[in-house]
Amino acid sequence: MTTATAEDLTMPDTWQPLCTSEDLVAHSGIAARLETDDGPVQIAIFYLPGHEPALYAIDHHDPFSGANVIARGIVGDVAGEPVVASPLYKQHFRLSDGQCVEDEQVKLRTWRIVLHDGRVMVQG
Amino acid sequence: MKASNSAPQDLIIVGNGMVGHHLVEQLVERDAHRHYRIRVFGEERHLAYDRVHLSEYFSGRDADDLALSTADYYEAHGIELHLNEAVTAIDRDARELITPRGRYAFDRLVLATGSYPFVPPIPGGDRDGCLVYRTLDDLDAIREVARSATTGVVVGGGLLGLEAANALRGLELDTAVVEFAPRLMPMQVDTEGGELLREKIEALGVQVLTDRATQYIEDGDTGRHRMVFQDDKLLETDLIVFSAGIRPRDELARDADLEMGERGGVVIDDRCLTSDPAILAVGEVALWQGSIFGLVAPGYQMAKAAADTLCGGGLTFEGADMSTKLKLLGVDVGAIGDAHGDRSPGARQFRYFDQLKQEYRKMVVSSDGRKLLGAMLVGDNATYDTLMQYYANGLELPEDPASLILPGVEGAPTLGPDALPETASICSCHNVTKGAICEAIDAGCDDLGAVKGATRASTGCGGCAALLKSVVDSELEARGVEVDQSICEHFAHTRQALYSIVRVEGIKTFGELIEKHGHGLGCDICKPAVASILASCFNEPITDAAHVPLQDTNDTFMANMQKNGTYSVVPRIPGGEITPTRLRVLGEVGEKYGLYTKITGGQRVDLFGARLEQLPDIWAELIEAGFETGHAYGKATRTVKSCVGSTWCRYGVQDSVGMAIHLENRYKGLRSPHKLKFAVSGCTRECAEAQSKDVGVIATEHGWNLYVCGNGGMRPRHAELFATDLDDDTLIRYIDRFLMFYVRTADRLQRTSVWRENLEGGLDYLKEVVIDDSLGLGDELERQMQTVIDNYECEWAGVLSDPDKLKRFRSFVNDERPDPDIIVTEERGQLRPA
Repeated sequence: MTTATAEDLTMPDTWQPLCTSEDLVAHSGIAARLETDDGPVQIAIFYLPGHEPALYAIDHHDPFSGANVIARGIVGDVAGEPVVASPLYKQHFRLSDGQCVEDEQVKLRTWRIVLHDGRVMVQG
Repeated sequence: MKASNSAPQDLIIVGNGMVGHHLVEQLVERDAHRHYRIRVFGEERHLAYDRVHLSEYFSGRDADDLALSTADYYEAHGIELHLNEAVTAIDRDARELITPRGRYAFDRLVLATGSYPFVPPIPGGDRDGCLVYRTLDDLDAIREVARSATTGVVVGGGLLGLEAANALRGLELDTAVVEFAPRLMPMQVDTEGGELLREKIEALGVQVLTDRATQYIEDGDTGRHRMVFQDDKLLETDLIVFSAGIRPRDELARDADLEMGERGGVVIDDRCLTSDPAILAVGEVALWQGSIFGLVAPGYQMAKAAADTLCGGGLTFEGADMSTKLKLLGVDVGAIGDAHGDRSPGARQFRYFDQLKQEYRKMVVSSDGRKLLGAMLVGDNATYDTLMQYYANGLELPEDPASLILPGVEGAPTLGPDALPETASICSCHNVTKGAICEAIDAGCDDLGAVKGATRASTGCGGCAALLKSVVDSELEARGVEVDQSICEHFAHTRQALYSIVRVEGIKTFGELIEKHGHGLGCDICKPAVASILASCFNEPITDAAHVPLQDTNDTFMANMQKNGTYSVVPRIPGGEITPTRLRVLGEVGEKYGLYTKITGGQRVDLFGARLEQLPDIWAELIEAGFETGHAYGKATRTVKSCVGSTWCRYGVQDSVGMAIHLENRYKGLRSPHKLKFAVSGCTRECAEAQSKDVGVIATEHGWNLYVCGNGGMRPRHAELFATDLDDDTLIRYIDRFLMFYVRTADRLQRTSVWRENLEGGLDYLKEVVIDDSLGLGDELERQMQTVIDNYECEWAGVLSDPDKLKRFRSFVNDERPDPDIIVTEERGQLRPA
C-alpha cells in the first residue's frame, strides 16, 4: 500500500484528510468532497489492495451522463491497466490518469492521494 | 475475352435503357472494350436512367439524379455513344446497322430495345391528353398536361399503373385507377390481397375502379375527357395515362427476319443468341422459353450472360425468379414463386388475414407441408426475406409452417447456419451469400472483423449481424479454427465453463476463481457474470464484502440507477396482490421522500428519484410494513404476473393468484444469466400474458399448462407449450429443472428465448432433459434449486442490520449533505429530473 513520504506532505495546506482507511471499500470506490482552488469538487476514491499504487482519486462526475456516479462503477483492468466502468453508459476510465478508453477526447481529472497514519489524504 | 491479335471487331448495342447500360458495364468489367469497338445507340436524348424509380421525377429527382451513368464513363472506356439516334433497320447481309444519319458495320449486334407501353385500341384513346408512362419525355408530357388539370386517371392497375398513379398524386391531381380485371395487381395478388390493396390505396385518396373495360373516350362536361365503360358508367377526367402492360420493341428484329415469338419478342437461347448467332438480344425485347421478363433483375442476368457470350465465356441465362418485393403508393406488396398456388398441383395453403391492421399473408406449400412453393404479402413485407430464404434455397419448413406468417411468432429466423445452403443470401444490402463468406474464410479471414472487411457483409443496415456471426463462427469451427468464446480478457473460459469450475471445485469467491483460472483484476464483464454464478450456486448475500465489488451498481445498492444518478425502488408484490394497507404505505413512503411513483408492467409499484443516502431509510419503512426487496435491479427472478383467477373471475378455472404467489415466493432471489419473468393465467383467456414470459403457466380444467422461453421487449418471442395438464407438484418440479438447466447452460446476459433458439435439439431436447430426465440430471437440478431457496434472505433486511454494509449508502464519505447536482422539477404533480 502507498504510504506518504515526507516529501509528499511538504505543503500540508493542500493535502486534505478526507476519510480513514476504515472507510475504503476493497476493489471498489467511494465518493468524497474535496476543496480546491476552483471550489468544491466531487471525487471518486478507489482502493485496490495488493496493487501498486493501491489508491486512486479521480473525478466523480461522469461526463457522458452528467451525473456524479463514477465511484459506483465496477473496477477492473483493460490489458493490465486499472480502469473503472461508468455505471450508466459503461465507458471505461483509466484510474491512473483519468483517460477515457473509448473516447480519447474525454479525460477525467486526477488527484494525488496517499494513506498517512490511517488517514486518506488527497492533494487539492 | 480471349486474347486476340486480330483487328478489333465492331460491336453494336441497340438501346440504352437499364439493361442496355448494364450490358455495357458487364462488358467493361470483362475488358471487352479493349477488343471490341463498341457503339451504343439510344433513341432517347437521355443517357440510361433508372426507370424503376421514375415516379420520383415528380417528387424532386431530376434526370441527372436518375441517370445511371455519365457520358464521361462511356468516353473513358472508348465507347461511342449515339443518343437521340433511332435505328431504322438492320441489314443482316451487309452486317450493317442503318440509322437516319448513316450506316454502321457490325460483327456482333445486341438488341436491347426494351418495350413500349401497350395502349388498348379504344376509340378516342389517341386524344390529346391521353398519355403513356415509360420515359422521361412521357413524364414531361404528363407534367405539361397536368398544369391545367385537376383530375387524372390511370388505365391499368398493375405494378406500373400504380406507379403511374403515384406520379399523378405527386402532381396533386385527384387520381383514379381503372382496372380491367376484378382486382388490382392481378398478376401478383389474389382476391383477398387485391381487396386489401384497394382499401389501402383508397385510404390514400386514390379512387379504385375494377372490372371496368373502357369502351370509348369522348369530350367531357366537367373534365376534358369522358370515359365510357362497358355498363355505360362514366368517369370524367382531365388527363389519362395508359399503363395496361408492355409489348416488346421488336420491329427491328421482325424486319430483319429473326425468329420471333407468336405474340412478339425475339427468340433467344440460353446464351442470349437469336436465330442469327451474330445477333443477341437482352431485356424486355427478348423471349426466352416462351417468356418475356418484365422486371429489371432478369434483364440484368441476361446482360451478364450476353456479355459472357460475347467474350467467349460459357455463362448462361437460366430463367429468373419473378419474386418481387415492392412498395407501391407506400403499400408493401410481395410475391414469391407460385404466389397464387395455381401452378403447383396438390399444393396446400396457409393464409393470415388481418383486416384491422390491414395485413394479408399467404403461403403455398407442397402437399407434404415440407417446402415453400410461393407466398403473397400485402400490407407488410417484414416476412419477405425469411420466406424468400425458404423458397429460394428449398429449405425444409419448420414443423409448424404457419408460424412463419403469424404475427408475433419467432418461428423463422432460427434457421441455423448449417441449414443454409451456399447460395443463401446473408447480407442483402451487399448481396453477400454464405458461399462468399466461406470463400473469404478460406482466403484467410479468421475472424468476424476480417470477414466483414473482405465481403462488406453486415456493413449496410447491420440487420444481419447476428446471422453473419453465427455463420462465421460455425464455418470457422468446421475448419478447426478455435473460435474464441472467452467471456473476456481475464478468463479464457465461457460462462458455462466457469459455472462448472465453480461447482466442481466449490469456489466461493471471485478472488479465488481469478487466481486459479484467470488473470488480472477482472472487469465489468466477468465480475458481474461470476457474481451471478456464485449467487446461483450458493446464494450468499451479494452485499458480503467478497461479493460487493463484483456487482453492477444496481446490485451493489439494491436499487435501479436512473440517468441522474438517483435510484428507483421496487418492493416485491408477489403475484401483484397487495393489501390496501400496504398500498397506502407505498403512497406514504413516496410522498415522504418525494418519489415519482409509477405502476410497472409487472404489477408492482416503482418509486423513482431516491438518493443513495435515502435508500436505507426508505427500506427501513418498507420492511417495517412487511415488504421485501423486489430484485428489480438484478439479473434474477423479477415478477410473477397474474390475473385474478377463479377466486373472482367467472371464467377462471384455477386459483392463478395463489399459484403466482407460490411461484414468486419460491423463486425470489434466484439469480440467473438474465432476468426472469413469470406469469400465471387462470384460464385460457390468458389475461396475465403468460405466453410472453420466460415461464408461463395457464390454468386448464385439469391443472396447468406450462409454457417456456417466451419474451416481450425488444425481440418478442411467443413462449412454447412445454407440458399440459400438470398437477401443482409436477409443475413445480418441471420449473425447478427448467430454470436450473437454463442457469447452468446459458451464456451471460442470454434470455431464455435466445438460449432456447440456440439450444441444439430445440424444444424436444429440452423436454427430454426436463420431463424424461434423459441426462439423469433431474434430482441434481432440483437439489440445486432447493439450495437457492433455502439460502434466500431479503438482501435489504440483511443490509439494514449491518452497520458496515450501511456505510456504503453515504452521499460522500466526508460530508452528509446530498449531491447538490441532483436537481428536480415538477411535472403532472410529481417530481422528475430537471
